[in-house]
Amino acid sequence: MAELTKELSQVAPQTSETQNHETQNPKAGTPTVIVDDLHIVYKVYGSASDAEKGNAASALMRMLRRQGRPQMKEVHAVKGVSFVAHHGDAIGIIGRNGSGKSTLLRAIAGLLPPHKGAVYTNGQPSLLGVNAALMKELTGERNIILGCYAMGMTPSEVREKYDEIVDFSGIGDFVQFPMSTYSSGMGARLRFAISSAKTHDVLLIDEALATGDREFKKKSQQRIKQMRDAAGTVFLVAHNLDVIEETCNRVIWLHKGKIRMEGDPQEVLEAYNKA
Amino acid sequence: MSQPESALAEAQGGGRAPESLAALAERHGLRRAIARPSMPAYLRQLWDRRHFILTYATSRNVSKYSESMLGQLWQVLTPLLNAAVYWLMFGVILGQSKKIENYPAFLITGVMVFTFTQRTVISGAKSISSNLSLIRALHFPRAALPLAYVIQELQQLGYSMVVLVLLVLVTGEPVSWLWLLIPVVLLMQLVFNIGTGMFMARLGAFMRDMNQLLPFITRTWLYASGVFYAIDDRTKDLPDFLRWALEFNPAAAYIEFMRDLLIYQRFPERWAWVTCIFWAVFALIVGFWYFWRAEERYGRG
Repeated sequence: MAELTKELSQVAPQTSETQNHETQNPKAGTPTVIVDDLHIVYKVYGSASDAEKGNAASALMRMLRRQGRPQMKEVHAVKGVSFVAHHGDAIGIIGRNGSGKSTLLRAIAGLLPPHKGAVYTNGQPSLLGVNAALMKELTGERNIILGCYAMGMTPSEVREKYDEIVDFSGIGDFVQFPMSTYSSGMGARLRFAISSAKTHDVLLIDEALATGDREFKKKSQQRIKQMRDAAGTVFLVAHNLDVIEETCNRVIWLHKGKIRMEGDPQEVLEAYNKA
Repeated sequence: MSQPESALAEAQGGGRAPESLAALAERHGLRRAIARPSMPAYLRQLWDRRHFILTYATSRNVSKYSESMLGQLWQVLTPLLNAAVYWLMFGVILGQSKKIENYPAFLITGVMVFTFTQRTVISGAKSISSNLSLIRALHFPRAALPLAYVIQELQQLGYSMVVLVLLVLVTGEPVSWLWLLIPVVLLMQLVFNIGTGMFMARLGAFMRDMNQLLPFITRTWLYASGVFYAIDDRTKDLPDFLRWALEFNPAAAYIEFMRDLLIYQRFPERWAWVTCIFWAVFALIVGFWYFWRAEERYGRG
């Protein structure tokens, strides 16, 4: 594969269909993620309407009548999305709340199975989100180690990265205290520092930049740029459109699970702001 | 893998005719994101995650008691209090203690050995369903979760065993060379628990009502396992197959094995060895296989 791509870039380095690739990376322009008519459906429990809630007796009646649980609803979150992402792309995904952005990211990461269609990737896209593995009762120190292991690092990698993570997060001595004592900004900084400590081929970022002060925001944008250079492909979901405009070279606008518009950041963002 | 011709064709065709995305993916060697790895590959991935499993188990144990004032002391206090309650109930009030010699040691051995399996079953059933956000955020072999929960219980068992051995000594039993076999029976029970925990993890992941039902199942199991009474004494008048069924019960087998070592100072009989080993191997193979079969479906919700 590597040979082939080298050959390809020698034959026709400019014909790749993606935009601006100033990078010298010989792999630039080859597809890394292909999403083909993807549908995602998932089930939601709970949240019954008042009429359905009922008591034990009506639950029993439902069972006798062999009806399913009324509280279980199917959500069709992504409805037929297709696109091709290439090496060197930073793709921003925008859309209202509930438009399927996070679901799409999870599906690309291979964490949600497609209902129909497919996601094709080379290697393992990783979601930048180690939050779920951390425990707020534990010290920052333990959480760093736990988070690194959760992302699949080896002990020597953890030792190597530990100081860097503490430095980058800028939480200083607080690393000795439980995370429950942190301010929300500190917590967000530590989480971002941990999850961005690993290098990835394809990186998926979900609103990681939402919190933190201006200085940290700048730092984390820098880090994303670095990761983008190293990774090849970055997907970024954010409500903060400035971040998207500054970091991405392509934007996908999702609306109710479908692609409303796709292309150059300025054009799409302009249309999005008008809508 | 793709042929050079087709790659060339693609490279030259600037505004080429639309082709299927699946074909494009195949030409570039891209694969579908979701696939269950083969069993050997799965085991290798799991081994690579051993540090995560251990750290996760330890972290859960640390955070579990971090809110309480006595902290880690509860790891010792919980089994002690449990034994005290059962001793009061069955030893003093119901008067079992007259029939069985050294009833406190008999009882506490049963309680602690059974608790190890009981807690793995209950926590194993929750290991997937209460970690959905973790499963939906990171890639790792999902078996790491039930395994971590079993390891967590094993760490707790360590404290319980110290309490148990001390209490057995206090009640007047002598130290015996047979005690060297304690790690062996614990290992067999651990393997059994791993298999059962995995089995329960898949059940609990897809049958959400399991967690409500489990306390009743484990309590029935507790009463059937001869924790408070001697099975051979109670089943004297019953048909043979019933007694055989009760003694074949894995929990009862591990309890009896431990009592032989700790209290009666006798080398366990051959059937006890066979039963204990059989259950360990059987549970591990079935549980692991059953869990692995649904690997790609965990977290779908």
